[in-house]
Amino acid sequence: MKPPSFAYEAPEALDDALALLDRHGDDAKVLAGGQSLVPLLNFRLARPARLIDINGVPGLASISERDGTISIGAMTRQRTIETSPLVASRAPLLAAATRWIGHPPIRTRGTIGGSLAHNDPSGEYPAVLLALDAQVRIRSQRGERVLGIDAFLGEWLSTALGPDELVIAVEIPIGSKHATYGFAEVAKRHGDFALAGVAARFTLDGSHIGDARIVAFGGVARATRLTAAEDAIRGRVPNETLFGEANRAATAAIDPISDLHATGEYRRHLTGVLVVRALRQAFGEA
Amino acid sequence: MNTLHTVRLTVNGTAAEVMVEARKTLADALREDLGLTGTHLGCEHGVCGACTVLFDGNPVRSCLLFAVQAAGHEVGTIEGLARGDELHPVQRAFSEFHGLQCGFCTPGMILATVDLLEHTPQPSEDEIKEALGGNICRCTGYQKIIESVQGAAAAMASGLAK
Ligand SMILES: Cc1cc2nc3c(=O)[nH]c(=O)nc-3n(C[C@H](O)[C@H](O)[C@H](O)COP(=O)(O)OP(=O)(O)OC[C@H]3O[C@@H](n4cnc5c(N)ncnc54)[C@H](O)[C@@H]3O)c2cc1C
Ligand code: FES
Ligand code: FES
Repeated sequence: MKPPSFAYEAPEALDDALALLDRHGDDAKVLAGGQSLVPLLNFRLARPARLIDINGVPGLASISERDGTISIGAMTRQRTIETSPLVASRAPLLAAATRWIGHPPIRTRGTIGGSLAHNDPSGEYPAVLLALDAQVRIRSQRGERVLGIDAFLGEWLSTALGPDELVIAVEIPIGSKHATYGFAEVAKRHGDFALAGVAARFTLDGSHIGDARIVAFGGVARATRLTAAEDAIRGRVPNETLFGEANRAATAAIDPISDLHATGEYRRHLTGVLVVRALRQAFGEA
Repeated sequence: MNTLHTVRLTVNGTAAEVMVEARKTLADALREDLGLTGTHLGCEHGVCGACTVLFDGNPVRSCLLFAVQAAGHEVGTIEGLARGDELHPVQRAFSEFHGLQCGFCTPGMILATVDLLEHTPQPSEDEIKEALGGNICRCTGYQKIIESVQGAAAAMASGLAK
């Protein structure tokens, strides 16, 4: 339960961090909050030759609003996001979901960039950011690129990040004033990883549902949009009958895994139930 | 690879210096290099909370932080709470309300409680459960721990009123 030896670098400027990643990317790992990486090191499931600690790199931990977008620096701690008035008012779904991540001491250290780069299939942030249609700003010595969250997320902990690349920020469109959201998950104990969860964002078009983005996570290879459930409710008036249709469309569409914690069949049933709970949160017990 | 790093940090208000390999966790440096064995290690992967310390005033897992990362930072451990022979109100409440049996989880429970009461002086039972949910106790069944936190909150409130 002790980590293997590694060389330690603590760059104090972004360019230095990128230069180190350019030189050592293949056998180095970025150290952000360490709340996923250090357990892997302690179990010796990861043995990088070098850690590049980016906690001392300035400018990566701010939350700001500009041109209809909220930009959250990669090193912003989960606890900061949880308590940010800007996030609460502009991206309430993100604030609500953050309270489900681990426990306060985990959130003191864990970062949004680390959660995305780690891309745990049971993680709240990949799912919420997919529901919010976020963009991921990525930089390397080769330059900068911005990827849609859907293209960024790979299956089973993989992402589109190259070994020399750093997530710099996450950008969330604030979107319509007539938006509403729902977030529901079930874990064995509060703070454990989700057995299954649903993050959803909707817009209202008068008394009808406008746009719908419903994302399932936990027990699936990656955060996944439930497009059949979205199609079932778009343009319709929200009520319990419709929520039942969404439940059926969702359960028909996904095929979660069985493991030590739950069977795939239970997770499928649960996902349908959570879709209904998220819809009720968003539209009330219509 | 096994280069030693000199790390200067503040522990319980006092300047400290350790020479450590980069892979040494803050928990191990506190215990082995500084002799502060009040910080306990249960799981060494972030799950049990026994190793919780205050890092620049905020609760963190010292098993998931490397000692090199503490350079220039302030660490608060269980040893820093009492003033001489006088226990911190949270320590006294855990003793009075039987919030511990074997005591292994207690340092983490107490530091998490200190943090909770600093931000939320009169927490509800749900808030206590939320704040301590990441700390595992194998002995007490938690009920006495919750009563201890409530007792500490009451004692600290009346202490302030005096
Ligand atoms: C007890 C416990 C419970 C937890 N419960 C939950 C939970 O319920 N839900 C949840 O989602 N998470 C949970 N976590 C994980 C936690 O949220 C992590 O903080 C998060 O997954 C990773 O963020 P980090 O900043 O700690 O990243 P690190 O652990 O430092 O890094 C994780 C990975 O991402 C890479 N990386 C980090 N930052 C960047 C970057 N900017 N650019 C490129 N690569 C980068 C690292 O190289 C590493 O591979 C839990 C952790 C613990 C210990
Ligand atoms: S020893 Fe650190 S959380 Fe268990
Ligand atoms: S008192 Fe024994 S583990 Fe909590």
